[in-house]
Amino acid sequence: MWTIGPLGFANPWLLCGLLVLPLLWVLLRAVPPAPNSVRFSGVALLLGLNDKDSQAARTPWWLLLLRLGLVSALIMAFAGPILNPKPQTQDTGPLIVLVDGTWADAPVWPTQMARLDEILEQAERGDRLVAFAVSTDVPAGGLTFAPAREWRAGLAGRVPAPFAPDADALAAAIEALDRKASTLWLSDGIAYTGREKVLAALQSKGAVQVIETPQSVLALGSVERDENGVSLDVHQFGVTDDRDFKVLAMGPDPAGVERVLGQAHVVSQESITPVHLALRPELMNRVTRFQIENMRSAAAVQLVGDNLKRPEVVLISGDNDNGTLDILSQLHYLRTAFSASSDVIEGAFSDVIAANPDVIVLADVAQLSGGEETDLLDWTRKGGVLLRFSGPKLAASDVSRDALDPLMPVRLRAGGRSLGGAMSWGEPKQLQEFSEKSPFYGLDIPKDVTVSSQIMAQPDPDLSARVIASLADGTPLVTRKSVGQGQVVLFHVTANAQWSTLPLSGLFLSMLQRLTQASNITSSETEELTGQVLSPIRLLDGFGNLYDAGLKPSVSGEVFSTARTSSRTPAGLYQSPLRTFALNVIQKGDIFLPAQWPQSVTILTSEVTSETSLKPFLLIAALFALAVDMLATLALTGRMIGMGRAAIFAGTVCLPLIMAPHPIHAQQVSDAFLQTASSELTLAYVVTGDDAVDTTSRQGLLGVSQALAARTSVEPAAPIGVDLATDPLGVFPLIYWPITQGQTALSAQTYDKLNAYMRTGGTIFFDTRDGDISGFGRVTPMGSKLRSIAAQLDVPPLEPVPQDHVLTRSFYLLQEFPGRYVGADLWVQKSATETEFIEGMPFRSLNDNVSPVIIGANDWASAWAVADDGRAVRPVGAGYAGERQREMAYRFGINLILYVLTGSYKSDQIHVPALLERLGE
Amino acid sequence: MNKSNDLRTRSEALAAPMPALLAEADHLAQTLMMGGHGRRRAGNGSEFWQYRPAQAGDPARAIDWRRSAQSDAVFVREKEWQAAQSVYFWCDQSASMQFTSLKNGTVKSDRGALLALSLSIVLMQGGERVALCHHDTPPRNGPQQLRRIAEGLCLPLDAEHSAPDVSHFVPHAQAVFLSDFLGPIEPIEAALEAAANAGVRGALCQILDPAEEAFPYKGRTVFTSMNGRVSHETMRADDLQTRYKTRLNARKATLQNLAAQAGWQFICHHTDTPARVPLLWLYQALEGAR
Repeated sequence: MWTIGPLGFANPWLLCGLLVLPLLWVLLRAVPPAPNSVRFSGVALLLGLNDKDSQAARTPWWLLLLRLGLVSALIMAFAGPILNPKPQTQDTGPLIVLVDGTWADAPVWPTQMARLDEILEQAERGDRLVAFAVSTDVPAGGLTFAPAREWRAGLAGRVPAPFAPDADALAAAIEALDRKASTLWLSDGIAYTGREKVLAALQSKGAVQVIETPQSVLALGSVERDENGVSLDVHQFGVTDDRDFKVLAMGPDPAGVERVLGQAHVVSQESITPVHLALRPELMNRVTRFQIENMRSAAAVQLVGDNLKRPEVVLISGDNDNGTLDILSQLHYLRTAFSASSDVIEGAFSDVIAANPDVIVLADVAQLSGGEETDLLDWTRKGGVLLRFSGPKLAASDVSRDALDPLMPVRLRAGGRSLGGAMSWGEPKQLQEFSEKSPFYGLDIPKDVTVSSQIMAQPDPDLSARVIASLADGTPLVTRKSVGQGQVVLFHVTANAQWSTLPLSGLFLSMLQRLTQASNITSSETEELTGQVLSPIRLLDGFGNLYDAGLKPSVSGEVFSTARTSSRTPAGLYQSPLRTFALNVIQKGDIFLPAQWPQSVTILTSEVTSETSLKPFLLIAALFALAVDMLATLALTGRMIGMGRAAIFAGTVCLPLIMAPHPIHAQQVSDAFLQTASSELTLAYVVTGDDAVDTTSRQGLLGVSQALAARTSVEPAAPIGVDLATDPLGVFPLIYWPITQGQTALSAQTYDKLNAYMRTGGTIFFDTRDGDISGFGRVTPMGSKLRSIAAQLDVPPLEPVPQDHVLTRSFYLLQEFPGRYVGADLWVQKSATETEFIEGMPFRSLNDNVSPVIIGANDWASAWAVADDGRAVRPVGAGYAGERQREMAYRFGINLILYVLTGSYKSDQIHVPALLERLGE
Repeated sequence: MNKSNDLRTRSEALAAPMPALLAEADHLAQTLMMGGHGRRRAGNGSEFWQYRPAQAGDPARAIDWRRSAQSDAVFVREKEWQAAQSVYFWCDQSASMQFTSLKNGTVKSDRGALLALSLSIVLMQGGERVALCHHDTPPRNGPQQLRRIAEGLCLPLDAEHSAPDVSHFVPHAQAVFLSDFLGPIEPIEAALEAAANAGVRGALCQILDPAEEAFPYKGRTVFTSMNGRVSHETMRADDLQTRYKTRLNARKATLQNLAAQAGWQFICHHTDTPARVPLLWLYQALEGAR
């Protein structure tokens, strides 16, 4: 290395090449550009015309200068010029490069990578052996020394991890290295446990230098639910300046699309800033995560499991005597038990069932009305939990007496029994230990819980399987039966303290919690996790992005309850059979401290001027000079057609490169589209992406448009293809939708748009185009495709077009609707059932609405299709019969459009006489 | 032979829409050869022209007695003055006429030959006699002569420039010279003078390539003549443009001047413009403005 001022050269001896420049000057000067030779008949007129200046036989000075510049740029480039060269480190021995690679590095990861590349490049230039490690990703085989070039190649694939390094493994790996080496440690500036151990291991190998990145890292602390929202802490460390940012609560909206459900604007001032986000309970139940806006780090995300959710509990009591004391009320203990953790709803049965609650509690309700029972059964089958409590009413009723009631887990014996009363021999019974199969397994039973009255179950064969809690004498206390996805649970005692002391004990709460998964009743997550196995479903990467866990191994609940994020338990969402748990990078009570370095460690600031190799710039300059030289030579010899044209050429080539494509404003596009589509009546077809189908659709609608214009007063404009995802649909009366095999699934927004279109009077005309094979109720590929598309559409009940449907007489009198195929049924919205044939009237008075969907298979577009010259494009049938069929297809097309445009106008009875006359009756 | 056939076909195609050309002759009396070529005035000929009242001095045998018997006056029967004109063509076929800068490859000599033959056909239809001036055949009419002319027009010369040979011109004939006139001017001048002395009238048609007119050359250029014998080198061809144009315009002026002095007419035609324009002009020049 040889340096002049801020410039250094790697191969200074190459600069000797500059000595040949004077020689080059002489040579170039002597050789002018080659002449252009031309045959010309008018030479006689030219003879004797001399050039005004005679020097042009030599190369012009500016061209000479350009060429000399070119050559010297080349020579300098290969001499390896470096701006701000780093003084070469003295030691050339092995080097350990360590980067923390935690979530704190994630926001500045590209910078870290660039710096690493620089360090490795320098090591490469010094031919040093390097052992490179990302602390969070210690290779299983230990650290190895390799040439720096090899490490550089793999650098791009490194990503930060969403957890702190495993200090023990790292220290062990470092100690296992076989030679002494100095260390360069790129630290993220955050202390983690065991860091001193790593440092000690490194110092045992040689000197340690640390590069700390001056950065400000934000992290989101754990989330706590409070009265009207959530509160959480924002941790800031590193450079502590005031920062403005937003904390977002993300979750799905009712359509399943992820949205911002709430946000809070935060100005951080200290290392910990408390934040409060106001969220309504409905929104709170949907939140899946909290995150700091525009912060790419796993620590800026707080995943939320089920523990923020508040179940909705409906309480319904059988006793309607309002005069009783609260404390004697059936619902008093339930209300108290649930209100802490759930949203309790009380009200009329028909109102509360509509709220679709998580849990319905029936306290001593015996008989339900038929409709209520059906509703309740439906709700239970869909996953509801029905909790029933006994009481005098149930004991006195005949419910589930002879046959098993669907909303009762077991059959009941008449009456019930009392223990320990004045008229009985026995003592109040205590509870038996819960069995392993019981959901209450593991709960401690207080001694003072006694049962003095209960309802007895009939000893049926499946009784024992349904008992989940029993008294000391083996009689059932709680029985359970699953109904569909839900369950029905019966407490054989009352919900108040009349029959037992159970509602007075803490056990009651725990039991309810176990049954309803109302998690926050106790905060002992540990207790809940005991014995469970958690499988990861979605995991966080170091940048804070969620990804599907795939086949990651499950974690046992005991491990999970105390786990920090690590490579074995990565941050993410875990699922137990009952609940979802979140494991976050930053957990409750975490505090971050800046890393403290002992005196023995050299700390380098990272803002040293980085050295820049000038070689590429010089090479580019030389290349540019070469291009200019070429142009100049062309200009000198007159071979260039004209500078103007060259400039235009250069402009056309370069301008697109310089100017980024400027997106046309979407609003303008959509406005123009709307204007075109709405200025005249326009038929539309769905652009399927299949060119042949789209062309046929366009030509078909063109054919119908022409037939309409020729025969009716409807004169549509040229048909338009619509993209369902982007184009507005509201201006089209009819959208023709040919089903193709390649039809992709539609997004939720598209479905919303289509449903809105259909509800506001639009009609979608589906054509499966397989009328030749779809008859006889066979399921065709197109048919099943249509079903998959229409599954999420708001399609009303359908029926084949009845004989007296308006479609059969909106313009022509038709009974068949042929397209390219004949015979396949055409389906429209089912007519209202109450309209019946009235004697003497040929037509029913059908509903006023135009069917929002019309479904057929006859491939109408092909029959309608005309080329631009009006010629039919596709063959239909054979000979005259085929032409007749095409004519009928056009008639159907006209009927269809008029039906869509006029609705039930033709259904009006005022037309009946004329129609009867036409029909010859 | 094939080429001459092709040229003839093209010429006939071009000549087809033209009306018959009646070449004007100034000096009827001196013309010896008579033919079916009416001059629209009374004179020697075989066709009836008009009756006119006899005047004093008319010989008695000139009176048409049959016409005079129909009335009291005496009438003389006059015949139409008839004459066939001889037209000579000189079409320069030297090397410099082989130049072209056009993409369709229209060579100047091609254009000249086309014009000469088209005009020949038109003239022959009008009964004129036509000949090429450097051939021995005297002016004649008929398809055989046309074939001969076509053959004669397809013989390129090696010389850089050439000049017409006017020694065998019939007196008081007409002549058309087609050339680029870029060579030495003296032979042309001499030929014109000799022709004018023989009472020959006619037209000079200068045929130029657009490149010769515009001189679109730039940069260092070596210009070589068409047969490669003369060359001229310049470092900046674009500098020469104005001076070259001045010289070309001077040459045109000289030609115009020469033509005016000899009672001839002059036109400059460019090969990138249609051939019909100069053909019409030449037709009118030979016919003379009435």
